[in-house]
Formats: sequence, C-alpha cells, structure tokens
Amino acid sequence: MSSIKLKAKVEGDNVEVKALMTHPMETGQRKDKKTGELVPAHFIQDITVTAGDKTILTAKWGGSVSKNPYLAFSYKGKAGDKVKLAWTDNKGEKDAAETDVA
Amino acid sequence: MKRRTFLQGTLAASAASLAVSAGLLTPSMVMAEGGGAFDAKTLDDALKAMALTPTESADIKIKAPEIAENGAVVPVTVTSGAAGTTEISILVDGNPTPLAATFTLGEGAQPEVSTRIKMGKTANVVAIAKAGDKSFTAKQEVKVTIGGCGG
Repeated sequence: MSSIKLKAKVEGDNVEVKALMTHPMETGQRKDKKTGELVPAHFIQDITVTAGDKTILTAKWGGSVSKNPYLAFSYKGKAGDKVKLAWTDNKGEKDAAETDVA
Repeated sequence: MKRRTFLQGTLAASAASLAVSAGLLTPSMVMAEGGGAFDAKTLDDALKAMALTPTESADIKIKAPEIAENGAVVPVTVTSGAAGTTEISILVDGNPTPLAATFTLGEGAQPEVSTRIKMGKTANVVAIAKAGDKSFTAKQEVKVTIGGCGG
C-alpha cells in the first residue's frame, strides 16, 4: 500500500499536481509525553516529481513541514502525462506513487 | 548506530561529488547543503548557509492565514512573480530550525507552491525566491494560538 495520494488534473495549459503523503514528520525536538524522552527525528528530506522523463519539481524538506505533508503545484503539461512522485526520508525509507494526468 | 551515520554521511558525500562532476549541481548549491541550512537555528544563519542575501520584493506573494488556530498545520502558498525563478524556500523565523522547505522548479513548473508547515509560536513566514544570481523575499506574520512543535 502506498502512503501517497497523488492527483494530477488539467487546468487550462497547466497540470495541477496535488499530493498527500502519510508520514509522521517528527522534528526530533518533541518529547514523548509518557516517557519524557525525545522522539527521534523522522521526516521526509527529499522529494522528486517527474512527468514522463522530465523532472518538474524537486524539494528538500526539514522537520518543520507538517505531519502527513501536503504539496501542490502546477506545470505546463497535458492529459496523458505520467506524473510520478518519490520521497526519501532521513532514515533512508522511500516511497513513490504514479498517476496519469486526467 | 555510529557506523550507520558514518555510512550515510559517506554515501551522501559521494553522491554530492558525483553530482558535481556530472555538472548537475553547482558548487554553491553543495556548499549550501554542506552548511546545514536545515540545521540552522536562526533565520540569519539559515540564509548564510543557503548563501542568499535576498532583497524584499512585492513580486513574492505569500498566502497564509493571519491567525492559525493550530500551529501544527499552517497552509502556506508562495507565488513568485520574479522572472526566471528557479527555487522557492519557505522559512519560519520563530521556529527552532527556521528553514522548512526548499522547492527547486523543474521544466515547465509554475513558480507557485503550496504546502503545510508547523509553527511553534506566532512568527513570520518568510518566503525566498531565487532567480538567476538574485534572490527576493517577502514575509507575513501568522498568529498562532496553539503551537505546533510541542505535540
């Protein structure tokens, strides 16, 4: 099961890409309420979005991005493009999702 | 655990040097990463680590709530009207580590990105757009009633 909800929709000359990822996005600065110990950092660091073989957006994130992060942007594209989003977190875990532009 | 950190460090370093030799990254970009902009504790340090000295500009627009009831989820949209914008960064000057995100625009990407960020307390959301060798900035205050960094 992928942890990413990815949607890509044509809006005029552009394609609007919206993504919702499931991830705790721990900053490493928060304390566990029960134990009082710091919760280790665990957040998405790198994101790459491609359309076909073109890279349309890359992002570097820190722990200040909200839990279950949301990302939206547009690019010049058309229906039928294959949009793929991949992330890597600070523990080296990865996930990716792909969708057809509708 | 130490070994793992060491390995990751080596891997990251070799990946970065590969990217440099392949001409994918300019040395200044690598410097910025090596400077640990995401670890910087103040806005000034983050800007130093990113090697940016942005000028204030009305071309940079920030869409964020004036009052955020929940600092854990603050929706932010940044639009850059500066021609040739290649990079958009979002920072929060009141957070323990101000740099939240840097977006690098690829082929055909519009200079507008939306995401959701955490804010520990009432502070300014600072947006920086990089266009060529120039950078532009704008800020907007968001009042936070419940902080988002405690939990």
